[in-house]
Amino acid sequence: MKVLAAMSGGVDSAVAAARAVDAGHDVTGVHLALSKNPQSYRSGARGCCTIEDARDARRAADVIGIPFYVWDLAERFDEDVVQDFIAEYAAGRTPNPCLRCNEKVKFAAVLDKGLALGFDAVCTGHYARLLDGAGGRELHRAVDPGKDQSYVLGVLDAGQLRHAMFPLGDTPKSQVRREAASRGLAVAEKPDSHDICFISDGDTAGFLRRRLDPGGAESGAAAGAGPGGGLPSTGGDIVDREGNRLGSHDGVYGFTIGQRRGLRIGTPAPDGRPRYVLDVSPVARTVTVGSAEDLDVRGLSARRPRWCGAPPVGAVECAVQVRAHGEPLPAVVRLLDDENLDVELHAPARGVAPGQAVVVYDGTRVVGSATIDSTRR
Amino acid sequence: MSADPPTTAYLDHAATTPMLAEAIEAMSRQLARPGNASSLHATGRSARRVVEESREIVAQALGARPSEVVFTSGGTEADNLAVKGLFWSRRAADPRRVRVLASAVEHHAVLDCVEWLAEHQGAQPVWLDVDEFGRVGPETVQAAIDDDPGSVALITVMWANNEVGVVQPIAEITRIAHEHGIPVHSDAVQAVGALAVDFGRSGLDALSITGHKIGGPLGVGALLAARNLALTPVLHGGGQEREIRSGTLDTPAIAGFAAAVSHAVAAQAELALELADLRDDLVARVRAAVPDAILNGDPDPDGRLPGNAHFSFPGCEGDALLMLLDARGVECSTGSACTAGVARPSHVLLAMGASDDLARATLRFSLGHTSTKADVDALLSVLPAAVERARRAGLVSASSKR
Repeated sequence: MKVLAAMSGGVDSAVAAARAVDAGHDVTGVHLALSKNPQSYRSGARGCCTIEDARDARRAADVIGIPFYVWDLAERFDEDVVQDFIAEYAAGRTPNPCLRCNEKVKFAAVLDKGLALGFDAVCTGHYARLLDGAGGRELHRAVDPGKDQSYVLGVLDAGQLRHAMFPLGDTPKSQVRREAASRGLAVAEKPDSHDICFISDGDTAGFLRRRLDPGGAESGAAAGAGPGGGLPSTGGDIVDREGNRLGSHDGVYGFTIGQRRGLRIGTPAPDGRPRYVLDVSPVARTVTVGSAEDLDVRGLSARRPRWCGAPPVGAVECAVQVRAHGEPLPAVVRLLDDENLDVELHAPARGVAPGQAVVVYDGTRVVGSATIDSTRR
Repeated sequence: MSADPPTTAYLDHAATTPMLAEAIEAMSRQLARPGNASSLHATGRSARRVVEESREIVAQALGARPSEVVFTSGGTEADNLAVKGLFWSRRAADPRRVRVLASAVEHHAVLDCVEWLAEHQGAQPVWLDVDEFGRVGPETVQAAIDDDPGSVALITVMWANNEVGVVQPIAEITRIAHEHGIPVHSDAVQAVGALAVDFGRSGLDALSITGHKIGGPLGVGALLAARNLALTPVLHGGGQEREIRSGTLDTPAIAGFAAAVSHAVAAQAELALELADLRDDLVARVRAAVPDAILNGDPDPDGRLPGNAHFSFPGCEGDALLMLLDARGVECSTGSACTAGVARPSHVLLAMGASDDLARATLRFSLGHTSTKADVDALLSVLPAAVERARRAGLVSASSKR
C-alpha cells in the first residue's frame, strides 16, 4: 500500500512510520504544520507545532529512509480545532481538541487529500489497535492500558478507520522507546507531549481569557473601570447549589467541572469538606461549587453520535469512558434518534463535563462516541 | 551515511546547479594547499596570489575593476552588505535619507533586509509596484523618487527574478536614479551566466552574485561595489576585503568561484540560446498537455531568463504537484525555498496580481548547464497524470472546507 505517515516529530509517529516501512508499504512522511506562527523551539515538553519538531520529524524520515514533506494545515486547524475549542469554552463546555483534530484534520483533511493524491492509508503513532472482525474494521484499545488512545480516536467512522493504520497498538510505550533507540532515531528519548499543542505555555485559562475576555484582568486594564477595558470582564460570583454567594472569580473560562484547586474561597464549607466545581455558566458568569458527592452523575445525554460500525439498536449494556484516561464505566446506552444518545450509568461517576466525548466500548472494542450535552445528578 | 538519490530529471537549477568540472578542479587544487591569504610569509603570499588572480578573473568576466570585487559568503551576504551598508552610510552622510526603494518582487535576502531596517533602524521602505509580468516600470521608480528625491537612501531592484524569471530594466532605473545622485544595487544572482551582465556598462553602484547558481561552489559569492561607494560593514573583524567585509578569505572556494564565473560568462551566449530553445519546447509541451496552465511572467521569451518556465496550474496545490512529480523522479520547485518547508503563497505572484489560489498553484521549472531534452521528456511523461491527481486533491480540499 501507499501509506502517508503523519510525523509530529515525536517518538511514536517515527516508530509507527518505520514499522509501516518494515511491513512492506511504500511510505511517505508528512509533518503537519498546524501553527500559524510556528515557534522555533519548544518550551518544555509540550506541543507539536514548532520548527524544531518539524526538523525532528525530517531527521526521523531521513533515518527511516522515506521521502518527507511539510503540509501546511494551519488554516484548517485554526478553523476546525482552535476556534471550536474557544467557542465550546465560551458556551461553558469543556472540549477535547485532540478528538476534534483526529476527526477534522488528521483523518479528514489529511486523509482526503492523501487519498486523492493516490495514497491508501494514513499512519499515525496513536496507541490503538485495528482488527478485522465480522462486521469489518474494528477499533480496539491498545494493549498498554497506560498509553491507550482509543478514546481520542472514538470519533472515527468506518470509512475513516478503513484507511487508518496504527502500528503501535500492540506495543508498550517503553518498548517503542527502546525500538526507536535501536533504529537510531534521535527522538527515542524525547519527552511525551502533554496538554494542548496550541497552548504552548500550558496555561489554558490564560489562553481563553486573552481571547474571550479582553476586559479581564489579563488585559492589563484596571478591574472594573480601566480606560483600556472596553469590554466587560467575565468575572463573577462563585455560588453554592442554593445560589448563596461564596466568593468571586476573574473569569469563568478555565473552570472545569470537578476542579478543586484555584477556587480561592475565603470561608470553608460548613462541614469543612473540600468544594468542587459543579457547574460553569458563562451567561450568568457564575461558577457553582459543592461537595464531592454533588459531583456524582448518574446519567447523561449526548449529541452528534459517530459510530465505528453499526449503531447500537435498543438499550445496550456496555462500558463508557467520559474523559481521556478515564476508567471504563458500566452503563446502558440507548440511541434515541440520529442525533441523540442517552447513557444511564450503573454507578455514579464524577468529573463528567459537557463538551467532552462519551466513548462507548464493548470490551476492548470501540463502538462509537458522542459529545456530552448535559448530565443528570 | 545514506544512499545517493536515484537518477532524476533535475529541473531546479535556479535553486542550485551542479558544479562545473573546471570549478571542482580549481577548488580541489587549492584545498590541498595551506595558507592564509592575509599572512605575510611565502605560504600566505601564495594563497593571496590565488585570491587576487581570482578577483581579476571575476572582474574581467563581469566588466568590473578588480578593486570593485568584494568576496562574500554568497548572495545573501552580498545583499545584506549592499542594502544595510548603503543605508547606513548614506544616512550617516545625510540624516534625511531614510527611504529605501525596492521592488515588491525582491528575493527574501533583500526583502527581509529592508524590512529589518524599517523595524529597527528607522528606514521607510517604498515597495515599487510591478506589472502583471513582475516588472518594475522606470516611471514607477521616477515617481517614487520625485516624491522626495532628497530622502532616498538607495534603490534596490533585482536584475532578474528568481521565481518568474522576469528581467528588470536595470539600465533605465540606474539612469533615472543617477540624475538625483542616488546609488542603485541589483541582486544579479539569477542573471549571471544566463544573461549578459556587465557591471561597468550597467551603471550600477553595487551588484550581488553567488557561486552555486553558475556551477561554482556553495558558500561563496561577491558584491561588486563601485570604488567610490561608501559602505558601512555588516561583518566586523580583520577587514580583509576593503575594510568593509571581514573574515579569513576562503581561498579554495574563491578559486572555484572564479573558475565558474569565467566559464559561465564565456559560455553564456551559447547556453542562453540552447536553454531558451529547450525552455520554449517545455512551455509549448506543458501548454499542450495541460491547456489551462498559466505561464507566469513575461510571455516574450526575451523578457525572461532563458532557463525559466513558471506556471500556475489552476485547481492544484503547488506542493501536492511537487510531491507527485518528486515521487516520479522529476525535481522542481513551487517557487523559492522557505525555511520551515511550509508553503506560503508567493509574494512575487501576489505582487503580480495573482489570486491567493493561483499563487499557491505554482511550479517553477528551471533549466541549466546539465539540462537535456530527456529531462523535459521525463517531465511531460508524468505531468498530465500528476496535474489530474493534484486537481482531484484540490477539489477535495476545497469541498471539505466549510
